[in-house]
Amino acid sequence: MTSKRPKSKEAHKIKGKDKKKENNFPTADEGASEPDHPDYIFPLVLTSATQELFGCRADEDLTGENPYKLLKKEDIVQDMKTRASVSDFSPIKQLVLDYPEEELLLVFDRDFTYGQSFYLVLTVEAKENILKPSVQGDDEEQINHEEEDEEMIIPKTPESRPWMSLGSEQEIEEESVTESRPRLRYKISPLLRRCGAPVCFSDRSALDGKEGFVECPSYQDKSFSIREMERHTAIQASSDTKHSSTQTLWKYPRNMWTQYESREFSPEEKEHHLQSENLKNFITSVLTRFEISLQQNHITDVFCDDWTALCEDDGALTGKTETQLKEYQSFMDLHFSKEKTISHIHWHPTISGVIAVAMTERLSLEERIDNSTKLLLNPSYILFWNFTDPINPQLQLECPDDVLCFQFCPSDPNIIAGGCMNGQVVLWDISAHVEKLQDTRSGGKNISNKLDKNNVTPVVRYCAVSGIENGHKAPITDIQWLPETFELSKLGIPVENPSRISVQLGTCAPDCCVLFWDLRPPRVVSQSLTDVKQKSEEKPLENPHGVPNTFKHLNLTWKPFIRVSLPKIGSSGEYSPLKFSLRDNTVDCPTGDKPPQNTDREEGCGFAQLRVPSAKQQKPLENISTKLYVGTEDGELVYTDWKIEKDNDSGRLLSSKPIHRLLVHDTLVNTVSRSPFFRDIILTVSSFSFAIWKEGVTSGPILRSACSKMLRTVGHWSLSRPAVFFIGKEDGSIEVWDLLQNSHEPSQSQNISSAAVTCISTSSISSKQHLLAVSDRLGTLHILQIPWTLRRSSNSERQIVKKYFEKEEERLEYFEKRQIQHEKEKKEMEAEQQRKKTEPVMPLKQEEELEAEALKEYEQFLALEKVILKNMGLLTETEDRSDL
Amino acid sequence: MLDIECAGAEVEETIKRIQSQKGVQGIIIVNAEGIPIKSTLDNSSTVQYAGNVHQLLMKARGMVRDIDPQNDLTFLRVRSKKNEIMIAPDKDYFLIVIQNPTE
Repeated sequence: MTSKRPKSKEAHKIKGKDKKKENNFPTADEGASEPDHPDYIFPLVLTSATQELFGCRADEDLTGENPYKLLKKEDIVQDMKTRASVSDFSPIKQLVLDYPEEELLLVFDRDFTYGQSFYLVLTVEAKENILKPSVQGDDEEQINHEEEDEEMIIPKTPESRPWMSLGSEQEIEEESVTESRPRLRYKISPLLRRCGAPVCFSDRSALDGKEGFVECPSYQDKSFSIREMERHTAIQASSDTKHSSTQTLWKYPRNMWTQYESREFSPEEKEHHLQSENLKNFITSVLTRFEISLQQNHITDVFCDDWTALCEDDGALTGKTETQLKEYQSFMDLHFSKEKTISHIHWHPTISGVIAVAMTERLSLEERIDNSTKLLLNPSYILFWNFTDPINPQLQLECPDDVLCFQFCPSDPNIIAGGCMNGQVVLWDISAHVEKLQDTRSGGKNISNKLDKNNVTPVVRYCAVSGIENGHKAPITDIQWLPETFELSKLGIPVENPSRISVQLGTCAPDCCVLFWDLRPPRVVSQSLTDVKQKSEEKPLENPHGVPNTFKHLNLTWKPFIRVSLPKIGSSGEYSPLKFSLRDNTVDCPTGDKPPQNTDREEGCGFAQLRVPSAKQQKPLENISTKLYVGTEDGELVYTDWKIEKDNDSGRLLSSKPIHRLLVHDTLVNTVSRSPFFRDIILTVSSFSFAIWKEGVTSGPILRSACSKMLRTVGHWSLSRPAVFFIGKEDGSIEVWDLLQNSHEPSQSQNISSAAVTCISTSSISSKQHLLAVSDRLGTLHILQIPWTLRRSSNSERQIVKKYFEKEEERLEYFEKRQIQHEKEKKEMEAEQQRKKTEPVMPLKQEEELEAEALKEYEQFLALEKVILKNMGLLTETEDRSDL
Repeated sequence: MLDIECAGAEVEETIKRIQSQKGVQGIIIVNAEGIPIKSTLDNSSTVQYAGNVHQLLMKARGMVRDIDPQNDLTFLRVRSKKNEIMIAPDKDYFLIVIQNPTE
């Protein structure tokens, strides 16, 4: 069995060899490699004569493509006979004779494969082979190079050949099993005596004992482990993957910039263009289009929507019907307001809903003198009211004397300055109580808490007063803080205020001067600085009555730094101011030029630390007007400059003379107020009339009201509408004047209380709520709501009002001109009259002369008539005579 | 020489005529590429107007011709809130006039 294997291998090998041998025979491609010609091919040379004879001329009859020629055997034999030894066929004479067939194949051997140009195929088989199936094979034979390159495998069915023994059958015989002898038969049977005997079968388990069964377990026979020559395998083609990575070069980012310039023509080029004919033609052709469009635009604005522009103003009339001031709240203090009147109101600038009123005694001068002792015991107060608590005031400020006017500092609402009846200026600092004011504003729940506690209103004492001898000698009637944008130097020149805090204030009193005060400690000589420092170190925290230290440096030593006196123009004496008004003030324009509140700034950061800067450091501001209007006791309006000038003669600092003064009112002026919308419009109110002035117009007031029956006590511009202002009257009513509607009478009048109105102030809590605070002589503070019509201004209202004022101004100018002209005419008339009087009296002769003259004229007329008629050809001589 | 001088003067005269109309704020003459030749405004405004108008004009002209190739742009008016800009194009030049019509 084992021997079978190698046999198979050998059989394969032998077979391969056989194949090779067999292959050698028919194919002719190996013919080229053999130098000798095979037996069946006989190369021979044919002479040209022979070639012509047999018709196998080289390259003519027989070519490379057609190299075969069948020659008749008889012809060859004939040729051999005729030419004997000369014949080309003589060497193969015998072969030709032996050739069995009739025709022999002659092949033109172009390439001299067998050494000669022709060869003769000698055997039939070869001839057949060459001619028939392998005609192509012959091609191959001749063209050798092609055969090697091209694999012209001709599929041939394998021809069966007789089996040649190579020794393999012997091996098979050896391996095969044959019977070498006949088979032997044996019969085996047991002894007879055993047959038929009773047999007893029993069971026995196969597992008992080892001989119960014979096991033939399977085992791995190594001889039989067949090696797999063939195996089923699945193959899948996959593309060749390769991991690869690349990285771009990281270039450092660099900032780059370019700058370009627009192209421009040089002046020569421009000139050239301007001069060109082309441009001229262009412009002339285009001109008409432009003119049409420009004029069109001028005629009418096609894009203006008249409908929308129209309805804006109408909205004011249709919508709301309420025009009355509605009472919102009223405050009356039971403890403190008895027999007292309110002299001044001021809204808290930052906390909404808090208002401060100054309570003063309701006594005339004689009564004051009589009751002076009693008055000393009853101190006067400034009360703070909050909307949430109408009964109890929130705060009380103690005053040394009756305060006639006061104002919150615009940059720090915790500082309040007031002017007293005795001529002192008082300062309060309420920083400690501000939270209380703010708390109660927000929480209604706090009221219930408060009821449990003692209803004691905290009292704040003033922290500084001016020295009595330095201040006014009459009750201070007006006090105003200077805005924080500028401050005044010693000479009254407005300079830049670096600290942006209002540090100066102005006061006026009927003692004929206007004083300016500075909150900062004055500049002292360096020596006394040390004294001041020592003092401050010794008594750092002395705080009697719980007064804050803010103005300790000013207390009782405070002096004004500018004193503006008001000498009368044209006569001796001085004006006694009651109210004054600066152009840039904080009273009338509270929301004006204030810079945004700096919450980071420490409040009350110590006016003590601020120092009056040296005059050299200060930068004067150009656009601040240093002129002010003063309303006097005599009803005059004085326009003066507060700058101090040096008098050349005496070297003293004197204030300049007032620029002009206008007498328009009959009694004292109780209000001088600027319009919050127009800086140069001023309202002055006195008892019987009021007037509106424009700064710069010196001929008279722009508007002057008629004298009213009821005394007018106070006036106030509206904050939201440029044309509206309020006038308070003696009978406790408020007049609302709307310049757009009527300028000769108030647009409405409303009675608020039974006593005279003493002060009016407005505040805008929100855009929907504007409140008017009115105080009366009985000490009650009324808060009224301004209705929608009075607080909403239309868009063009400002323009309209401005135009109205300008118109009035023009009217005044016109009047002036007319007046001048009138005077001139008057003068001329008077002069003429004078002349007439001085001329001698004309005698009666004049009449006669007149008659004579008349007659002469008549005669002249007749002559003229004649001439004309003659010229016209109407007059005949006869008529001429008849006329005469 | 005279002709050239006259041409220059005519241009001046025409500009004055336009300037005398009410509300005219400025006049600019620009060449076809957008480079200003003459202007009554300051240099920076001129350059700004010239550059922007040139682009707008190209777009407008392109649009008109796109819709109808036989057509061409003759006049362009740009009305804004504050003023009106009028542009007249030509082969070689354009003229820009800025007017405030509501004055």
